[in-house]
Amino acid sequence: MNTILDRRQFMRGAAVASGSLALAQWFPAWAQTASEGLRPTLPTLSGEDITLTIARQSMTIDGRPFRAIGINGTVPAPLLRLREGQRVRLNVVNQLEQDSSIHWHGLLVPAKDDGVPGVSFPGIKPGSNYLYDFPVMQSGTYWYHSHSGLQEQEGHYGPIIIDPAGTDPIAYNREHVIVLADHSPLSPEAIFRRLKVDPGHFNFQRQTLAGLFSGRDQALNERLDWGQMRMDPTDISDVTGSTYTYLVNGHGPFDNWTALFTPGERVRLRFINASAMTTFNCRIPGLKLSIVQADGQNVMPVEVDEFQIGVAETYDVIVTPAEDKAFTIVGEAIDRSGMARATLAPRVGMTAEVPPLRPRPVATMKDMGMDMSSMPGMESMDMTGGGARGVDPSAEQNASGRLSAAVIAAAPSAMDHGAMSGMDHSSMAGMDHSGMAGGMAGMDHGAGGHEMGAMNMRDFSAAPQVDRNPGVQTISPMPVDRTGEPGQGLEDVGHKVLVYRDLMALERNPDVRAPSRSIDIHLTGNMERFMWSFDGKKMSDVHEPIPFTEGERVRVNLINDTMMGHPIHIHGHFFELVTGHGDHSPRKHTVIVQPGGKVSWDFTANAVGDWAFHCHLLYHMHAGMMRIVSVRPRGGVQ
Amino acid sequence: MIRHLPMIVSMTAFMATTPAIAQDHSMHGMQTPGAQSSQPEKPKQDAPQADQPVPARDDMPGMDHFSHDTAASPAPQSADTRTMEDMSDMEGMDHSGHNMSGASGMQMVGTALPVGNTPPPPAPTDHYADRDFPAAEMAQARSAMMKEPTFSQLLLNIFEYQANKGHDGYRWEGEGWYGGDINRLWIKSEGEGEFGRGIDTAEVQALYSHAIDPYFNLQGGVRQDFGRGPDRTYATIGFEGLAPGYFEVEGALFLSTKGDLLGRVEGYYDQRITQRLVFQPSVELNFSAQNVPENDIGSGLVNFELGGRLRYEISRQFAPYVGISYLQKTGGTARLARLAGEDVHATSFVTGVRFWF
Repeated sequence: MNTILDRRQFMRGAAVASGSLALAQWFPAWAQTASEGLRPTLPTLSGEDITLTIARQSMTIDGRPFRAIGINGTVPAPLLRLREGQRVRLNVVNQLEQDSSIHWHGLLVPAKDDGVPGVSFPGIKPGSNYLYDFPVMQSGTYWYHSHSGLQEQEGHYGPIIIDPAGTDPIAYNREHVIVLADHSPLSPEAIFRRLKVDPGHFNFQRQTLAGLFSGRDQALNERLDWGQMRMDPTDISDVTGSTYTYLVNGHGPFDNWTALFTPGERVRLRFINASAMTTFNCRIPGLKLSIVQADGQNVMPVEVDEFQIGVAETYDVIVTPAEDKAFTIVGEAIDRSGMARATLAPRVGMTAEVPPLRPRPVATMKDMGMDMSSMPGMESMDMTGGGARGVDPSAEQNASGRLSAAVIAAAPSAMDHGAMSGMDHSSMAGMDHSGMAGGMAGMDHGAGGHEMGAMNMRDFSAAPQVDRNPGVQTISPMPVDRTGEPGQGLEDVGHKVLVYRDLMALERNPDVRAPSRSIDIHLTGNMERFMWSFDGKKMSDVHEPIPFTEGERVRVNLINDTMMGHPIHIHGHFFELVTGHGDHSPRKHTVIVQPGGKVSWDFTANAVGDWAFHCHLLYHMHAGMMRIVSVRPRGGVQ
Repeated sequence: MIRHLPMIVSMTAFMATTPAIAQDHSMHGMQTPGAQSSQPEKPKQDAPQADQPVPARDDMPGMDHFSHDTAASPAPQSADTRTMEDMSDMEGMDHSGHNMSGASGMQMVGTALPVGNTPPPPAPTDHYADRDFPAAEMAQARSAMMKEPTFSQLLLNIFEYQANKGHDGYRWEGEGWYGGDINRLWIKSEGEGEFGRGIDTAEVQALYSHAIDPYFNLQGGVRQDFGRGPDRTYATIGFEGLAPGYFEVEGALFLSTKGDLLGRVEGYYDQRITQRLVFQPSVELNFSAQNVPENDIGSGLVNFELGGRLRYEISRQFAPYVGISYLQKTGGTARLARLAGEDVHATSFVTGVRFWF
């Protein structure tokens, strides 16, 4: 089969797929319902002068119209295909009725071109334009999005591919961009307001009496304990499939965006999580995924069956489908309230079985920073919560759940906890988690000198720098490094899931000096008031930046005092994760700090300017989980 | 096609020297050099080659071209870092230090190196973007970004028809607020009446609300009564919030312009039966420090009320319900009611809707 034939079949298939041609105008070529895929030689928007026009538009998802903000008439925005070493002038025209902006996520650009209103520039007024002009100093998969208000939620995002100046160490025959996103019929302002006035508003997978009576989720005593703590263990995602449709390249799960391949080819899939609030668990049943790049930085290939991608992260994956058959690309929302779905197929019109949504996870004590499994004598304790007991029978998932041929009603079978010896929570009757102070006093396994009795849900002595205010619901008494864990809900999926510790940089790190100092930053929040902050202080409270001196190397310890994972992003810099890989530490621009966990990274503050530093969950950032970091030349004068 | 060769080979060679943990994954992503192609126009050539098995590492041609600067000593380095991992596990409790000084003697590189304790620089007082843009425009954008948003909500937890023996009535209980996370203006209102008789009792409170902990607000302001009897005005102070166990509770003291002191404690619990079917038991107790004959109130516990309402959340914002409500007057208040020939207790079947916007 050759490409000419491919194209004819593509056209025929597209004509058959009713309506898809009519919709085609809304999507760039690489994102149309069926895509032959990109070739390295076939750019979408490239060159040194590019004009991008931001405007309101509508888009059709699964046959329904939605309001959106697009660029040059498309959602996602056009693919920018640049080459390392070139210069690019991007003329961004704002045709919205409000200020807008574009931030080039992961690109190392001068501070004035970073695109954060109020930090790097004043923003782009309605009806005006801004000329970004910078040299392209890197290669890899990146993306761009609005940094104004909540526009990103409405479709203001697009992919960037930068081809390396030299040879690409990653070999592939064909490539596809997979832009994952979440889209709602509600305006983002309405979503934010509902979160503020009614926390848990979008969670339709709570624990209920029906679940208790049918032996699902947590046992009664555990529920009472968590109720005493006023923590909801089913609060996995703030905004869920109850309002979101999850998208691949702007297409809903029933649109079934299809990426084509020829059997035997090495297909490079460039996954970009451009969603506002959704952490995705990605897999392609039947194919091994070879992770070759993370956040635009090449890594030693790691073969996995599934990976979790936080908001704003990117992963490049090589798959080599040998058979002449279709495969389903699954991007399952972390709370399993829905999925993004696409198909990888030799020909248009072929589909593969869609796996059912798996049961949503239940948060554990470890997610609250109480890792008792690391205590001597408590290794056998089951910290996995109620997962083994299945999920609430009345839990609701969005329409994508119906795509599965064999929808199994909340099958708990996939998780075999039976092997885990004896001590599950239900049998730990004597362990009263509720005690706000010293409730666990009776459990002092003193051998390691650990003071279990000191465990307290809000003990500020564990985080003296955190401001003590109503915005801080909990302090993790024992946060642990969870970079060796696959992420919430993926502990027991029965196959290899990527963990951060698997990632090793392909090249030696550019700066391998020891950090000259370290800082701790606590990720704090109050789920009951939907308040989010760093060190207990919201963006609106703090007007002083976190200071760095140009050229200094600093270790940043992120400590998650909340029960929710946060993808933390720093502008203008890459950092090296401290995950035990020395001078081959993986370099990233965004990292998920798991609930109750901590992540350390080293970075070189080498970009003079003021930079945004924030949680990339859009509404967390908007609620105040953001800071400005400043980098100034030594001596403070310039 | 050919230009990719050296990099591929060097990568493969590099992996050959990495420890087992990395090798497990390394080969799968790589193709034999002969199968490399970024030219999909020639799938006929590529396809069969792609099926070639990956040769064993020591068969790999071109190993000698390996000149990657990452090669320094990957194996020992990785061994070190493994040890470091173990160490950090041992140090599990110490999240502040990350002090690896105990590892001296081992060969350490990059992120395995110990962290220094240089003091941080002072925070700059300037805004960097002011160099490139007009300071006034930047100040405007900054204040827009730094501004704390405000919100508002109007919730009617009870808005119902009460079927009672002989005289059917109605009842409402709701609240509205406006403000930020910590400070809010809060309006509360509740009341009831009988059809054909007008409003029986009603009150409106205007309160300033201040968050005092993650779950509770302290509230103070004024309360104005309406309905039958004299319309009293009170100064009020109280609290409301979420108690352990997910109980919504509130309590308040009311001091009237006549010097009378009243008190109230109430609470409810939302028991989810399914995701949308919710049973809400509730209790309310009213107290008085003295007799207030004009309002038919005796001192002590004035009355208590028990309710149970079963609602179905068509949406989170709109939930019709049915339920039962039991009111019992007590003590001096009950005596006054008997004297007036009124009921001391009443059971009502209720139907209404809980909604907010």
